[in-house]
Amino acid sequence: MDELTFAQALSNVLDMAPEIWQASLETGLMLAIGLTTAILLGGPLGVLLYLTQPGQLFAHRAVNGVLGWLVNLVRSFPFIILMVSLVPLTRVLVGSTIGPIAAAVPLSFAAIPYFARLVEQTLREIPRGVVEAAEAMGASPAQIIFKVLINEARAGLISSLTILTISFLSYSAVAGVVGGGGIGDLAIRYGYYRFQTEVMVAMVLLLVVIVQIIQLVGNRLAARLDKR
Amino acid sequence: MIHLKNVHKRFKKPDGGWFDAVRDTTLHIKEGEIFGLIGFSGAGKSTLLRLINLLERPDSGAVNVEGQDLTALSARELRRARQNIGMVFQQFNLMANRTVADNVAFPLEIAGWSHAEIDQRVAECLDIVGLADRAGHYPTQLSGGQKQRVGIARALAPRPHVILADEPTSALDPKTTQSILDCLQDINARFGVTVVIVTHEMHVVRSICHRAALLDAGEVVETLLVDNKTVAATSALAKSLLEAA
Repeated sequence: MDELTFAQALSNVLDMAPEIWQASLETGLMLAIGLTTAILLGGPLGVLLYLTQPGQLFAHRAVNGVLGWLVNLVRSFPFIILMVSLVPLTRVLVGSTIGPIAAAVPLSFAAIPYFARLVEQTLREIPRGVVEAAEAMGASPAQIIFKVLINEARAGLISSLTILTISFLSYSAVAGVVGGGGIGDLAIRYGYYRFQTEVMVAMVLLLVVIVQIIQLVGNRLAARLDKR
Repeated sequence: MIHLKNVHKRFKKPDGGWFDAVRDTTLHIKEGEIFGLIGFSGAGKSTLLRLINLLERPDSGAVNVEGQDLTALSARELRRARQNIGMVFQQFNLMANRTVADNVAFPLEIAGWSHAEIDQRVAECLDIVGLADRAGHYPTQLSGGQKQRVGIARALAPRPHVILADEPTSALDPKTTQSILDCLQDINARFGVTVVIVTHEMHVVRSICHRAALLDAGEVVETLLVDNKTVAATSALAKSLLEAA
């Protein structure tokens, strides 16, 4: 590779600003879809995993066992294998296997059990007595879930969501390799296939900054919500 | 008021055997009295208390509170009945992410009270327990005694006819203990709320109870009468507890 001055590298990267912006939007879209699905489906699944444990409100050994087994099953797949396995499903759901929306299918699929486990762990931190007090006061299961469990675990749930977001920022880069687009895809295409190392470095730096920001915002929000 | 008839409750032990926490026990608690359940740990007193609001369901026997057979109720009806039975806990069990006022408001929220009614009642109850100036604080900012006052205000909020107190002073120092007992006695005297209190200390019985059941190995050994802060007792177990106090 030719010697490259810093100024030249910077100029090369700046020339790509539109592509970088586009890639960032694609990453954002993949994450938004994956995280929304995780919250909407993984969240309730996590609550169910928690509530069906022995000694909890809906203690049920068989249901808990089956759910736990399914969650472990999906989580066992290396993400790249899961992506490839889900190609037929993606084609049915999205009509294509290329692009950020198609990539969001396996991302969502992986995010659901991941977030479910995080939610389950977080809910376990709530003292049993607090839930029992609500039961003694005549709270319904729905009231216990929404007014007690989620509210008491809110700081932990935000921290869980922060972990999920950062993990899936990384997963979305993997999804990029299989035509998903996004920041990771850009880094691979220019940085690796075209030997433009400066683009790869710039993309990694961009990811570093994004991760730091997500963690900072997550920490701040969790600290503000935590009154324990 | 509260009638437990031949209630029996057993738990499965980790080794697969059974532990009879409450054995075929019958108990009648009168309206407006402060009734103690006293005994050593493992005597079954907390389980007996928790049978009254069906936090534990008896394996056999009947639980009757204010003429209602609780074991025969549907889940919805039981929730409604529980709104009339307040409960106070040893570990307070307050919600850490709710302010003092919002903790007291909780039972009213779930009972469907309006915002205006809730605000008024919460202020009243915090006033009764002497915590009006702590309404906006969070539980971590309070002392143990203050937390228990919040617990009492919360139990009192829906105007229950019964308050169940499970070792309410066992996590507190002696001075705070007395102030909490005074608070419960005050509520009993002013509002006629029937109070059932679990304790392992004869001091608690002597200080505020009208009557108490002495429990051992899941059975009532003796019903103690308290008159002018003296406990009349005949059993050896009661005497040993009296000497310890």
